[in-house]
Amino acid sequence: MKKRKSSFILFLLALIIWMILSWPPDLEHLIVGIFIAAFVAFMTGDMFVKRPYVFKHLSRYVWFAYYIPVFIWECIKANIDVAYRVSHPNLPINPGIVKVKTSLKSDTGLTFLANSITLTPGTMSVDIDQEKGYLYIHWIDVKETDIQKATEHIVYRFEDILKRIFE
Amino acid sequence: MNEIIGVIFITIGLVFNFFGCLGLVRLPDVYNRLQAATKSVTLGTCSILFGLFLFKGFTAGGIKAILCIGFLILTAPVSAHALARGAHKSGVKLCKGSVCDKYAEDDK
Repeated sequence: MKKRKSSFILFLLALIIWMILSWPPDLEHLIVGIFIAAFVAFMTGDMFVKRPYVFKHLSRYVWFAYYIPVFIWECIKANIDVAYRVSHPNLPINPGIVKVKTSLKSDTGLTFLANSITLTPGTMSVDIDQEKGYLYIHWIDVKETDIQKATEHIVYRFEDILKRIFE
Repeated sequence: MNEIIGVIFITIGLVFNFFGCLGLVRLPDVYNRLQAATKSVTLGTCSILFGLFLFKGFTAGGIKAILCIGFLILTAPVSAHALARGAHKSGVKLCKGSVCDKYAEDDK
């Protein structure tokens, strides 16, 4: 039962992406797309979604809609930060790799956290230790080397939102 | 009107891409260069694609540009992550002025 549900979710996602790729929509593309999406869902359905019930919670979608503008704003700030550092004649950088702690556990949540950290000002994730919940972050302008304070600087602005979406 | 906004977006994207390339030349080591390259090039290219979407509207090309933005945002950080981790594992040192390297301390 669980496997069938996760296959169905994958089928819908594959079909939507197929329809976007073959825009404008018409009947021939739809029929071919249904066959291909069914094949993909049949082959890889049990690997893609581990917990199908999370797709039913409406609040996750609302938090995801809130996460997108926050993410875009951080991304623009990151770009202005990079442009400033690169074009400054003295190169004001102070790089180093720090260690931060996260309480997220799921694969998707950790992936999104690492990706968000990479696209936000001055930080880039280098490695994840999933069992202990540590992330190794390359920071272009190190302010704190202590684990707790670095976590406050880097992780907290995303962790709450991502916990509500993916956990 | 859409064309004017599209040109503005494409110009912003080109400027950010330029800063990304400048960072690739000026910054000292692999990790800093990856930072500049990933951030600027992701947003810059997304901005160019969005400008293209404003030009084309809801046609085949425009919709594919929007899809490309999604794939780019999902994959660019992952590739940067893989490159940085590979560089560190194969022994590339951080540049001279670096403050700390917790990863090397834990990796022994």
